[in-house]
Amino acid sequence: MATGIRDRVAILGMGCSKFGERWNDDAEDLMHEAFGEALADAGVEKDRIEAAWLATAIEEQHAGKSGLPLAIALRLPYIPVTRVENYCASGSEAFRGAVYAVASGACDVALALGVEKLKDTGYGGLPQRSRGTVNDMYWANFSAPGAFAQLASAYRARHGLPAQDLKRAMAHVSVKSHDNGSKNPKAHLRNRIDEARVLNAPVVAEPLGLFDCCGVSDGAACAVVATPAIARALGKTDLVTVKALQLSVSNGTEAQHNSWDGSHLMTTRKASERAYKEAGITSPREELSLLEVHDCFSITELITMEDLHISPEGGAVKDVMDGFFDAGGPLPCQIDGGLKCFGHPIGASGLRMIYEMYLQMLGRAGERQREKEPVMGLTHNLGGFPHQNVCSVVIVGRERA
Amino acid sequence: MSAGILAFGGYVPRLRLQRRVIAEANAWFNPALMGLGKGERAIANWDEDAVTMAVEAARDCLASSGREGISHLFLASTTFPFQDRQNAGIVAEALRLAGAVGTLDVAGSQRAGTSALITACEIAGGRGGPVLVASGEKRRTKAASPLELTTGDAAAAILVGAGEGVAKLLGHATYSTDFVDHYRGQDEPFDYVWEERWVRDEGFMKIVPEAVDRALAAARLDAGAVDHFCFPSPMRRAGAGVAARIGLPERSVRDNLQGTCGEAGAAHPLVMLAHALEAASAGEKILVAGFGQGCDALVFEATAALADEKPERGISGYLRRRRADTDYHRYLGVNGLVAIEHGLRSEVDRQTGLTTLYRNREMVLGLVGGKCSKCGTLQFPKSNVCVNPNCHAPDTQEDHPFSEMPATMRSYTADRLTYSVAPPAYYGMVQFEEGGRAMIDFTDVDPGTELGVGEPMRMVFRVKDYDTRRGFRRYFWKAAPCRESMDGDAA
Repeated sequence: MATGIRDRVAILGMGCSKFGERWNDDAEDLMHEAFGEALADAGVEKDRIEAAWLATAIEEQHAGKSGLPLAIALRLPYIPVTRVENYCASGSEAFRGAVYAVASGACDVALALGVEKLKDTGYGGLPQRSRGTVNDMYWANFSAPGAFAQLASAYRARHGLPAQDLKRAMAHVSVKSHDNGSKNPKAHLRNRIDEARVLNAPVVAEPLGLFDCCGVSDGAACAVVATPAIARALGKTDLVTVKALQLSVSNGTEAQHNSWDGSHLMTTRKASERAYKEAGITSPREELSLLEVHDCFSITELITMEDLHISPEGGAVKDVMDGFFDAGGPLPCQIDGGLKCFGHPIGASGLRMIYEMYLQMLGRAGERQREKEPVMGLTHNLGGFPHQNVCSVVIVGRERA
Repeated sequence: MSAGILAFGGYVPRLRLQRRVIAEANAWFNPALMGLGKGERAIANWDEDAVTMAVEAARDCLASSGREGISHLFLASTTFPFQDRQNAGIVAEALRLAGAVGTLDVAGSQRAGTSALITACEIAGGRGGPVLVASGEKRRTKAASPLELTTGDAAAAILVGAGEGVAKLLGHATYSTDFVDHYRGQDEPFDYVWEERWVRDEGFMKIVPEAVDRALAAARLDAGAVDHFCFPSPMRRAGAGVAARIGLPERSVRDNLQGTCGEAGAAHPLVMLAHALEAASAGEKILVAGFGQGCDALVFEATAALADEKPERGISGYLRRRRADTDYHRYLGVNGLVAIEHGLRSEVDRQTGLTTLYRNREMVLGLVGGKCSKCGTLQFPKSNVCVNPNCHAPDTQEDHPFSEMPATMRSYTADRLTYSVAPPAYYGMVQFEEGGRAMIDFTDVDPGTELGVGEPMRMVFRVKDYDTRRGFRRYFWKAAPCRESMDGDAA
């Protein structure tokens, strides 16, 4: 009987590049920057790393296919390098690969690195591209904001919510993330905004305005992982360990079967339930100290609060407006600025979230450090579209917390 | 053996560009255009063409009669989207008629619609048929040309079969001569037009009687007995002049729809015929003429059965379903008549794998999904494993058509980020009445319109993507709001 991943793997070191419009850097520069920080933090030599996972989502825009870009950029010593892609969950997927490798006993030290270099398209937003030869024939002509915007109309219909109430709660989500991002030196966006600015911004995809959407960024993040025993042998104390690694992938029910009303994410519900079980969490609203969720759009973050079973169904608007998820609130969400402001280099995003948890738990988050000592943090990625997506939930925490 | 019309239908796109704005915009160059600046013309949406409009007209026509047993499908147009790929074949796939049906494109002249109808009648009279004649036209016209003001986009469909039907063919005739009032040479985007007065005096007044007189003789009918004269020219009083020359009653000259639609080229005689059939009573005689390098003439007599035959909307219904449009710049932009900056997002390659298309043609062109033979769940598209979470049976999918099924909107957005020829791109989740759903593009949504969850939607066959690099276009179905008018409707 499988017992799960809880406390079987520790984070030895982490690194994260500055996110943003890195006009003068290639993907290999970003990887080098994040890896340098992680290696120094881990306190091991590069050749202790026995296997590596590379996450990139839109690799045709920058590094190209396979594990080669990572192996070459870091001059890894001819070890196994696996490239993974699972939409926006790619970074968490790389982390899963490395953690599982260590937990299995196949290797002692493993590397997960995610990178995305998106600012070479000539325009803002994600690149417009083919979705596959068959899909192109019948999929709607949707962009990411357009697909996620539909959560809003379905959520409003489900809960009988006036448009303005939802718009204001969505605005609060973004204002909060900008406040948090302003305190993060590595964040892409560090400006503060107010509610009026959000509400009056140009519409991208109704009802999402410009400030309801995260931008796209260049960046890289990485983790070096090992068993707790090895970490201790290297002199590490106050270990941050992996508590849960879950992934849920749509099987087409939402897209094709009328049992789904479009107002929530089936995958997030399933992945989070399994993650809580794996981590031994029974009351996430009380037991979690921090959340880093996939706030690709403000509406996504809002609805995710319910799908993670933090807010009751239909109750996210109240929690958001009450400041429950603000940096000074009971359960801060996106204390680093989130995708919205830290930035969203797709392949790096999952690892960036874990990076923030790691810093917070070690008390290394600087100006944005949560006052009450964080012990358990959840990160969440959502890749694809509400009607067919990939959701990862990772929980990390203080060892034996 | 006799032949007759079994069913008829039409289609006029929703948007009606106000001629005043066209004339005013171009008056600096040609003030005489102001004389044509009255009324409105139908304009196809950016995702419509002769093929898609013909599909709509055919659906309108076949709503009552069904699609069983149709032996031929003729498609008539001078604005076919494909020079070499049978356009009628696309219509047949969209109507799910493909297979043993004989398909044929008829082109090359403004007479194409009536010539196809005569041929259909001849087949039906000779124990063939029923034959579906569909005709759609979307003419490309130069800015500031008279044609820009007088033409309109529309389609019609006439189902012809053996027997009397709802309108029995009494007689027909054709007169052929190489009278070139206008032409469009190979690779030329626009028509080249000769003087109107010559066309009227030497063309209409002399050539039309050659065909009509013989058609009336074949029908054993006096000109004075004609109740409805369908003469498609937009020229002022052309129909009345021809009627007087032939001896047709003045009251028989039907509205050429110049004020409300504009002249739809080869489709226009059939549009006017379908419109006449909506109004005709049993025993009334209908004369329809098609002019172009000669003239076709057909004479029909409405039967008692006509009272019971109604198209789904008909030309009259589609003429009522309208939205006045004054955005001439948008019209020029979506039709490529001004160079629009489409942006870098438009540069994505839209190549269509012809293998992929052929393999998936029923799904893509016919909107055919699946029905699980075990649990009965409907789904689009079909798959090897049933989508019902309580079933998941493998290999149980039977073909199931979705195109005619009523649907409702579950969620949607108006997207200004994704590339669209005419932003914003509307799309969302629609749910079909008997089961199944699709995240699908919407069309014919007016900007500023708020759609509500539960909004009734109807599936329509449209252009999904233009592959401008290769001259290909991709067709698929979209969802359009059912309601007749929307917020902001200036009608």
